[in-house]
Amino acid sequence: MQVKTIALNTFRETIRDRILYSLLVFAVLMIGLSYFLSELSVGDFERIVINFGLACVHVFGAIISIFIGITLVSKEVEKRTIYSLISKPVSRFQFLLGKFLGLSLTVFVTTLLMSVVSVLIVYLQSGNFRAELFPVAGAIYLELLLLIAASIFFSSFTTPTLSAIFSLSLFLIGHLSPQLRFFGMKAKSAFLKGAALATYYLLPNLENFNLKNVVLYGVKVDGGRVLLMFGYFALYFAILMTLSWVIFSRRDFK
Amino acid sequence: MGKAPVIEVRDLKKIYRQGFFLKPVEVLKGISFTVYENEIYGFLGPNGAGKTTTIKILNTIVFPDGGEAKIFGRPLGDPESKKKTGFLPEHPYFYEYLTASEFLRFCGNLFGMKGEALEERIGSLLSLVGLEGKEDLQLRKFSKGMLQRIGIAQALINDPSLVILDEPMSGLDPIGRMEIRELIRSLKEKGKTVFFSSHIISDVELLAERVCILHMGEKVAEGKIHDLIGSRGVKYYEVDAKGVAGNVERLRELIGRRDFSFIMRNGIVQVRVPEEEDVDLVIDAVRELGGRVVGVIPARVNLEEIFVQRLGGEENAG
Repeated sequence: MQVKTIALNTFRETIRDRILYSLLVFAVLMIGLSYFLSELSVGDFERIVINFGLACVHVFGAIISIFIGITLVSKEVEKRTIYSLISKPVSRFQFLLGKFLGLSLTVFVTTLLMSVVSVLIVYLQSGNFRAELFPVAGAIYLELLLLIAASIFFSSFTTPTLSAIFSLSLFLIGHLSPQLRFFGMKAKSAFLKGAALATYYLLPNLENFNLKNVVLYGVKVDGGRVLLMFGYFALYFAILMTLSWVIFSRRDFK
Repeated sequence: MGKAPVIEVRDLKKIYRQGFFLKPVEVLKGISFTVYENEIYGFLGPNGAGKTTTIKILNTIVFPDGGEAKIFGRPLGDPESKKKTGFLPEHPYFYEYLTASEFLRFCGNLFGMKGEALEERIGSLLSLVGLEGKEDLQLRKFSKGMLQRIGIAQALINDPSLVILDEPMSGLDPIGRMEIRELIRSLKEKGKTVFFSSHIISDVELLAERVCILHMGEKVAEGKIHDLIGSRGVKYYEVDAKGVAGNVERLRELIGRRDFSFIMRNGIVQVRVPEEEDVDLVIDAVRELGGRVVGVIPARVNLEEIFVQRLGGEENAG
C-alpha cells in the first residue's frame, strides 16, 4: 500500500514535470525527422528509420531516466518533503522502492510512446508493420530501469550534479564494455589486463540489452540470451537497490 | 502523575559534523524528559537550542548519537507507534504540484486509509483548519499561513493519539495563532497528547501544562508552568489610588512600612506591596486620607522572566 501510494505519487510528480515534456516533444520530433532523413539517403530506407527510431528511444530514454532519476531522492530531501513522509508508517526501503517504481512507470509510458511513433513512421515510410520493434524497445527499457536504479544509488550519497556525471559515465562505459574486455584480452601488460578486466566485470555490460540486430538484420534470439538478459538485470538491480538502501537507511536528513 | 508515558527521552545526544573537516558540533548534550498521556507539553528554547533536532530524532528523520527515546513504549520508528502519531514539521513544505485534497489523500493512503471514510476525513480536516473551498488549489499557490494549516491537517489525518508540532504558530497572523491554540486545546479535550515546540514564550505559557526549556542542547528547566513560576505566581501587588497625590508623605506615615515602593503617575499614586495581606493596609490608609482606590493589580511572574533568568544564569556560569 505505502509503496504503491509513493509510486503513484512519483508517477504524478514526474508526469507533471516540464523537463519530461520538453524532452519527449524533442524525441518525437527527432523520430519524425527520420522519415525525411531516409528520403535523403541511398539504400535501405527502412533500416535507417528503424535504427534512428530505436536510437532515439534509447538515448532520450536514458536522458529522462538519469536526469529525473537523480532528482527523485535529492528533491525530497532538499525541499524537506521527506520529513512528513518518513514520519508516517513508511520505511526507508519502501520510500526508495516507491520512488523507483513511480519513475519506472513514467519511463514505461514514454518508451512506449516513442516506440509507437517509431513503428508508425516505419509503417508510413515502407508500409510494413514491424512489431518486432517492441521487444527490442522492451530490452532497452530493462536497461533504462538499471539506469534509474543507478541514479537513485548515486543520489543516495552525493549531489545531483555528481550523480548525473556518474550515471552518464556508467551509461557510456556500459556500452563500451565489450571493447574494454577486448582491450583487456589483447593487452600485453598484466596490470593493464587486470585493470581492464576488473572494470569490465565490475561495471554492467549494457550491450547485453542491445537487441537491435534482431529487428535490423533479422538475427534470431534464443531463450538463453533472453534469460541471460533478465538474470543480468535482476542481479545488477538487486545490487544497486541494496546498496542504495544500506546508505539511505543510515542517512540523516538535515 | 499516574498517567502512562507517551514520549520518553533519556540522555539523548546528537552530533552534527560541519564544514570541510567535518568538525563535530554537539547539538544535543544528553537531554531527558517525559511526556505523559493527554497533556499539552511545551518545548521551549531560543533558535538553535536543539528543539527541531530532538523532534527530528523522534520522527526518525535523523538518528541519535547517544541515549534513547521511546514513543508509546516502543523504540523509535516502530510502525505501530508511527500509526498513532501525527507530525507537523517546522516551515512545512509539501509537494507543490498536488492540490490540497490530493495531498491529504496521499497522506491518508500512507496510513492505509481510503474510500468514503478518507474523503470525509479530508473534508472535515479542511474545514477544521479553515481551508474549506481550497481543496482544488495547488499547494504551490498556498501562502505561508495556508501551508501551516494544511500541515496541521496532514498531521491529524490519521486521528493520532500523539501530535508532535514543530513551531505550529510560526507564519500565522494573530487570529491564526489563536485558532491554532484553540485547536490544540480541543485536541487535549479529545484525549490526545500534544507535544509542541516554540520559541515564543507567550504561546507556551498560554497552552502548555508542562514545559521543558532547552538552551544550547541542554535542558535548563522542566516542570509545570505553575511550579516554574512559583507557587504564588505573583511578584507583587499594585494598589492605585486617586486623591492622595498631595499627601504621599502622610500616606507613607499611615502605612508605616518601609519596604513598599511609591510611584506617582498622572495624579495617581501607585503603591507596590509584596504580600496579599498588605493590600488592605494601603486601602485603609487611602480611605482615611479621603482618597479612592481605583485598582488592585497582581503583577504576575511570567515564563519570559524565568527563561531570561535561567539562561542568564547559564551564561554567567559558563
